[in-house]
Amino acid sequence: MSVSGFVQEKDKREGWNRPPVMEPDGEADLLEVAMGPHHPSTHGVFRMDVALDGERVIRLKPVFGYLHRNHEKLGEGMSYLGSMPFTDRLDYMCPLTNNWAYALAVEKLTGQEVPERAEYLRVILGELTRVVNHASAIGFLIQEMGASGTPLMYAFKQREKILDLFEALTGARMMVNYMRFGGCRVDATPAWLAAVRKVLDGLPQFADEFENLLTGNEILMARSQGVGILRPELAVNAGVTGPMLRASGINYDIRKVDGYSIYNRFKFRVPLGEHWDVYDRFMIRLLEMRESFGIIDQALKGIPAGPIMDPKAKLRGFRPKPGEAYGRIEAPKGELGFYLISDGGPNPYRYRIRPPSLINLTVLEDMCLGSNVADVVLIFGSVDIVLGEVDR
Amino acid sequence: MIEKADQIFVLLAHWLVSFLPAGLQHVAMVLLGVVAIVATFPALFAITVLLERKGLGRMQNRYGPNRVGPYGLFQPIADGLKSLTKEDIVPFKADAVVHFLAPVLLVVVVFMGYAVLPMGRNMTLVSMDAGLLFFFAIGASTELSVFMAGWSSRNKYSLLGAMRAVAQMISYEVPMLLSSVAVVMITGSLSLNKIVEAQNQYTYGLPHWYIFTPWGFAGFILFAIAATAETNRSPFDLPEGESELVAGYFTEYSGFKFALFFLGEYVGMMGISGLGATLFLGGYSAPLQVLNFVPSWIWFFAKIMLAMCAFIWVRGTLPRLRQDQLMNFAWKFVLPLTLLNLVVAGMWRFMGNGWLRWVVCSAILLLAYVLMARVGMRKERFGPRIYRYAE
Amino acid sequence: MLGEGILKGLGETARNFAGSFVSAERLTTVQYPEERAPVIEDTRDFPFLVYDGSDWEAGLRCVACQICEKECPPKCIYIVKSTDKKPDYVGKPQIYPTRFDIDISVCMSCQICVEVCPFEAIKMDTQFELSTTDRFGGLLYDRKELARSNEYYHSIHPTEAAEVDARLAEEKAKAEAKAKAAAAAAAAKAAAGPAATAAPVAAKPATPDAPATAAVKPVDMETKG
Repeated sequence: MSVSGFVQEKDKREGWNRPPVMEPDGEADLLEVAMGPHHPSTHGVFRMDVALDGERVIRLKPVFGYLHRNHEKLGEGMSYLGSMPFTDRLDYMCPLTNNWAYALAVEKLTGQEVPERAEYLRVILGELTRVVNHASAIGFLIQEMGASGTPLMYAFKQREKILDLFEALTGARMMVNYMRFGGCRVDATPAWLAAVRKVLDGLPQFADEFENLLTGNEILMARSQGVGILRPELAVNAGVTGPMLRASGINYDIRKVDGYSIYNRFKFRVPLGEHWDVYDRFMIRLLEMRESFGIIDQALKGIPAGPIMDPKAKLRGFRPKPGEAYGRIEAPKGELGFYLISDGGPNPYRYRIRPPSLINLTVLEDMCLGSNVADVVLIFGSVDIVLGEVDR
Repeated sequence: MIEKADQIFVLLAHWLVSFLPAGLQHVAMVLLGVVAIVATFPALFAITVLLERKGLGRMQNRYGPNRVGPYGLFQPIADGLKSLTKEDIVPFKADAVVHFLAPVLLVVVVFMGYAVLPMGRNMTLVSMDAGLLFFFAIGASTELSVFMAGWSSRNKYSLLGAMRAVAQMISYEVPMLLSSVAVVMITGSLSLNKIVEAQNQYTYGLPHWYIFTPWGFAGFILFAIAATAETNRSPFDLPEGESELVAGYFTEYSGFKFALFFLGEYVGMMGISGLGATLFLGGYSAPLQVLNFVPSWIWFFAKIMLAMCAFIWVRGTLPRLRQDQLMNFAWKFVLPLTLLNLVVAGMWRFMGNGWLRWVVCSAILLLAYVLMARVGMRKERFGPRIYRYAE
Repeated sequence: MLGEGILKGLGETARNFAGSFVSAERLTTVQYPEERAPVIEDTRDFPFLVYDGSDWEAGLRCVACQICEKECPPKCIYIVKSTDKKPDYVGKPQIYPTRFDIDISVCMSCQICVEVCPFEAIKMDTQFELSTTDRFGGLLYDRKELARSNEYYHSIHPTEAAEVDARLAEEKAKAEAKAKAAAAAAAAKAAAGPAATAAPVAAKPATPDAPATAAVKPVDMETKG
């Protein structure tokens, strides 16, 4: 069987990042399978060209671009404010953190100050988004393991409550378009803050139930421990960020490193993994979710009264001075960054997004070599990508 | 009166057959039995499918289907109509004859297994002396149809799925057989009727079902695991792995053939549950002696439906095992335990009738289970972990 | 590792199964379309144009400034300004839009048009069951379909509408006060002395001016409000 479609020359990388060379046993024919783009578990339209020797993966080539919507070029033609709704649609599971990263980048460009109350609101909403994202990610991972969606439904029940909170504050469940350059769009009423408190009170119990259902489940442990190992040096050198990096043992959380917004006022811990496999990634997400509960709690207790928008901020006719800025946050999936170059006009000259999912995907092949086909799906799920971000 | 209710189907059959001349009466009885089986079990299949969807839904905090009739009761009819009216696609390069025969073979074979199950007092279709052997021989043919389906579709996914399915089914045949051999040993006969008769006695109102003995309990659990694997049910349903290989060996089937595969799988599940009920749960005997007024066939079907509910419950909870883990589990865990179970059953038989045999047999089995679990899994280094935090 | 994790999982599932028959927490489905999920007040779906009074054409607050058209990210608004001026809610001639089309199949409900409108003329509706079988124009709404009264706005977003009305009333009151002060100042100047000839001359253009500006400002406020 010919191996058409695959790069024929030998991989010439040297040293630490030379991939473990997988040679098929003897003269066995390689079975080439294309998983996707029409596939129940590829998180969107995504294709993986996998070459199998029996059940082992010999080569894996990810193919994406099926969801490319020209976001960066559109951004060059749109005013700064007009791009904000489009950032909602990048990582469509976490629209608020996308908004935040963009607002942060523009605020760095113009040097605007954000009032206290707006910062607290941003932190509350950002951490709620983190909870939503991690619960869904774990739920989908378990679904791919074959548990017919039961934990997924429990996670989505909680997600519905949080989405109702978002709707009450911003007007929309997902495409929120909430952050503005210099603050937030709508102020939160005391009734809303009380509703957040009520939802937050129910969340630790959900996390406990989730943990009970999953950790200690022998089948889950057997499926995910020792699978998809990502060595820390490879993770650092490939630019992997987010829970994947922390599951490989590297202590790098942008909330602690940069201390952007008011994160240095909150006490929270960063869980780290020691075995670098799928089980670690899923547990790290669970533990980070619990830390987020603590942050939301502290923010709710400390939120001050005051304005939510920089009084000097202009909605229309917004022309930042020429310059460039890179604003990044710890999005639930990794480091989400926006790089803006302004030439003094109402539209940016260059509008570039650093998508965490795409950068995390570059190590997919290294993680999957030598494992079974069933594991490929699991490893891919543990990277936790959203195609809107990968393809923009 | 109770006798009449218990034997109602037998009496009905005799009455119907009495209209025919004497030479044809025997053949007609058998035919009537066949018609009854072919009518009942697909109806039960419809009920089970509905039960599964609604049960899974409730476990997942949602309603199951509830639009098609009151509480969704007509959903199986809608599903049946849908599968009948779909276009029957046969891939161009597929082997059309084999492609057509695979579901037919599956359905025929699983129905044949019912011929030896005692569904009530005097209600066995064919009362064979080696009924158990017949059931297992027939059950092994389901693997053939699975492979036919995978091979004839000329599709890499289907082939992978079929190979996995066959490997899995073959590996779990052995533990299934061995756990039933313990029952045969104690009863002294391969005939399913005699096995049920042996369990149909009561002491202080409690039955002599084999599940209430240590070796029987262990045997039942092992049989259940093997049965789940034989019928490709979760957590052993990697061949049908929805999230990996779309639908495994029946990816290329559409319309009614797909429905036939589905039917074959569920009817096979019910057959194996029926066998498990016969071997370990006393077949058609009532759980307490006072409940003997309820007809025996009601007990049999109740036990089958209970087993179905257990299958659905397990499906809604557990994730899948990977292929090699599945095989490891079969050969390195289930099989040694079944062999040990045979030894323990022998000890039980020859240890006299006191409390000593209970204690010794239970202790041996528990110890073996714990040792196997610890030793077997330690090599793989699974276990709960502790995480450290950075500040 | 003895299988207790599996048993715990089975127990959890059984608890959910049993609980779904007794508690609403464990069965959260809303049976659409017989039941609806509770409507959240601040939700936003597609824009509509607000009009005051009972005549939608005369009372339309929109003055076709085209700011929303410029700021709309997917460019789904199409406005054509009028060349004449029609009398509005209080009778003052005002530019109005002859065409105001929103293509709601393009609109992404981002609500930037609402934020940038200086006249509180366009607001977000809460209806989402808008599917139609006409795929060539069924989702293109013109200004007649988009116009809804201020009472309707109050009924769907009471808090917001009350705030908007309060703001407009405040602006109107401020404008009237300013106009009154200007008229009083002009009258005082007219009453005060020596530049009596200049004063009446000054007053004459002033007095027509003052009431004119006084008339214009409240009327403007009226059209805005």
